[in-house]
Amino acid sequence: MPSKIKQDHSRFREIIRGKIKENLRKYIQKGEMIGKKGKDLITIPVPSIDIPHFRYGHKEQGGVGQGDGAPGTVLGPGAVEQDGKGKAGQGEGQHGLEVDLSLDELAEILGEELELPRIESKGKKNLTSPKVKYSGVHNTGPESLRHFKRTYKQALRRSIASGTYNPKRPIIVPTREDKRYRSWRVTALPQSNAVVIYMMDVSGSMGDEQKEIVRIESFWIDTWLRSNYKGLETRYIIHDAVAREVDRETFFHTRESGGTMISSAYKLCKEMMVADYDTGSWNIYPFHFSDGDNWSADDTRACVTLLKNEVLPKVNQFAYGQVESPYGSGQFIKDLREAFEDVENVALSEIANKDAIYQSIKDFLGKGS
Amino acid sequence: MNENKDTRLPPHLHDIQREVEGYARAFGLDFYETIFEVLGYDEVNMVAAYGGFPNRYPHWRFGMEYEQLSKGYEYGLSKIYEMVINNNPSYAYLLESNMDVDQKLVMAHVYGHVDFFKHNFSFAHTNRKMMDEMANHATRVRRIIDRVGIEPVESFIDRTLSLENLIYQHAPHFAPKVRKDPGAPEERIEVRGFKYDREYMSGFINPRAFLDEQRKKLEDERAKSKKFPEKPERDVLLFLLDHAPLERWEADIVSVVRDEAYYFAPQGQTKIMNEGWASFWHSTIMTTRALKDSEIIDYADHHSGTMGTRPGVINPYKLGIELWRHIEDRWNRGRFGKEYDECDDLRARRAWDKKTGLGRKKIFEVRKHYNDITFIDEFLTAEFAAEQKLFVYGFNEKGNRWEILDREFQKVKQKLLQQLTNFGQPIIEVVDGNFENRGELLLAHRHDGVDLRVDYAKDTLGNLQALWRRPVGIVTRVDGKGVLMRFDGRDHTDRKVDF
Repeated sequence: MPSKIKQDHSRFREIIRGKIKENLRKYIQKGEMIGKKGKDLITIPVPSIDIPHFRYGHKEQGGVGQGDGAPGTVLGPGAVEQDGKGKAGQGEGQHGLEVDLSLDELAEILGEELELPRIESKGKKNLTSPKVKYSGVHNTGPESLRHFKRTYKQALRRSIASGTYNPKRPIIVPTREDKRYRSWRVTALPQSNAVVIYMMDVSGSMGDEQKEIVRIESFWIDTWLRSNYKGLETRYIIHDAVAREVDRETFFHTRESGGTMISSAYKLCKEMMVADYDTGSWNIYPFHFSDGDNWSADDTRACVTLLKNEVLPKVNQFAYGQVESPYGSGQFIKDLREAFEDVENVALSEIANKDAIYQSIKDFLGKGS
Repeated sequence: MNENKDTRLPPHLHDIQREVEGYARAFGLDFYETIFEVLGYDEVNMVAAYGGFPNRYPHWRFGMEYEQLSKGYEYGLSKIYEMVINNNPSYAYLLESNMDVDQKLVMAHVYGHVDFFKHNFSFAHTNRKMMDEMANHATRVRRIIDRVGIEPVESFIDRTLSLENLIYQHAPHFAPKVRKDPGAPEERIEVRGFKYDREYMSGFINPRAFLDEQRKKLEDERAKSKKFPEKPERDVLLFLLDHAPLERWEADIVSVVRDEAYYFAPQGQTKIMNEGWASFWHSTIMTTRALKDSEIIDYADHHSGTMGTRPGVINPYKLGIELWRHIEDRWNRGRFGKEYDECDDLRARRAWDKKTGLGRKKIFEVRKHYNDITFIDEFLTAEFAAEQKLFVYGFNEKGNRWEILDREFQKVKQKLLQQLTNFGQPIIEVVDGNFENRGELLLAHRHDGVDLRVDYAKDTLGNLQALWRRPVGIVTRVDGKGVLMRFDGRDHTDRKVDF
């Protein structure tokens, strides 16, 4: 690309990205604006930058068009384009320009904006193991890897080209130059992966708004962790008085009623870790969201014990987010705070409303562990 | 542009160029020497992003333009066929990957444009060495950036661009104003009555009342000339250059932006004529001379692509070419003048053919002396509007949608002309540079039935204020009521006024 325009272009991209950065809070709030499309490309419609002028108001204006139809005929969407005039160079489009961001770029912006530290490598856990894959063909190699079909094809090609091929007596003898061998490449497969275990309180006191907050926040947490780990698994647990594992869809849409026993969720989480995620090769991130209204002080004590003895030693970080709700007492976070005052790998955050998500993500991911 | 690459025409295109140029001259087109360059799509996009000039000052909006063009091309949505610069010699760009038949078409089209640039009166005062001028602008701005830094310069350019449409498009056709020296001492007002040579007659020849009247007249005139500006000034950028407390580099940038705005303005004033004229000639040259049998399908495909219309948009290529053909046809058959205009017999009108054969002569004349407004005003006839199915559309607030409103000729024509008035820009002028005797700048919007977009107007005021330093305001009408919008550098205020 010619370099002059490159400068202008990257300048423009910077501004666009700056725009995204400034409005990041807004994006985080409107989680629905971000859709995953295809594998990992998402499209955020960002208006192209429009320098303001003294200009006519849009809808009053109307204009002259060309085509069939009686008065009253509706012009289809996209048929009307104000500002169609103006040659290149004086263009001033009023139309949205799509800025494609991959999830990686988005995570990068998120990281930059929230000043999140990259997650530190955990020594052995982030080792990758080499894997051999046969992926190509070479013309040298050990006989044991000779590619029979390719070799004969090559020989056939040579004999036809040199005119020695006789269709009536199709005998082909490969020479040294015809021989083809399989070749391999060594790829690094991450040996260790990360798993996020989301737990959510779905008791009667958690309303739609609270769940929306959880959903948005978990999207951004996902995005960030995914950019730090090659493979990321997610598991979902919902609980009221009892806990069970569910799929993503159910996780965000279930509404149960009844009491709250948080220990049930932590117990299930512990079992899950024991069964599927060997501490040696997995980075484990449990996130728990609740309105902080536990059933009894006894259960809270049980929670603390469970966390202290079973969960915390095995995970990179345990995070608890308390969503404010009109019903909850919000006691739980205070209890946790008391119990884990100085514990390194516990992150606690109170999320009063959607605006607080921003700060909360920082609380959770700001430690870089 | 790319020093490593030979952008000259390859031999076979060179031959095509010679051939097409020959046809164009034989038809009577008269153009500057035209240099064709062959570029890859990425370079074409770049040059197009720069408005056709390989050298422009650095600014992100060119990057934005480039991104839009590149995306359009990469997703197969749009492709730039033709680009030509009003310059002597003219430069035109061909897309490397086009078929030869396209290149032929583009060349024929380009010769139409260059002929138009050379002869249409709107371009008479444009700088024909703009290629060099743009490069100079680029150097000037780069130097300023080296000195002041990219951030302040870019922000200042943004602000200035926000005002770039506040020029007076017709200004180049007038002699420059004589500027008065503001420090010159005021002359005493002396009222001279009629001459008389007998002293005793003076009271009769110049009675007291008459002298007073004369004195008042002179005083009024003096007061008027003290007004600042004397007459409302349409060229707001010029006014700022002359009177705003700009730093030197800031003034430099304002004048760069203003020069370029004036250079591009005639292209906006003649869009329909110019594209129509070029299309008329590519169509004429291709179909009567240059096309080979094997090329007809591709030609027809691409020509019709250019001429395609959508209901809510006027395609200047289509409207232009049809109007040129319409004019040629009318003058070929003598469908003009008193006799024709007064003929009420529809059948006679339809069959009217005096075999005058003046069509070609007429269109060459028209391409010299008209711009889009006068072109439409004079030559868009009721027959033509019906034939081309023109209509007026508007926004239906209830249905929240755009609808066809009317097909009546007068309304169509009026709307079209209104759209073209001041070339689609609201008319705004400086009325007072010392508003309320506080050094504030007051603009007025000559309201012609359509309100300004208020949020934009406020942001624009913000930019204006940054240049003027003192508070600025604009009087306009919003929803039928006069409003003075004012910005003092911190807050926006609206005040009701009679306007």
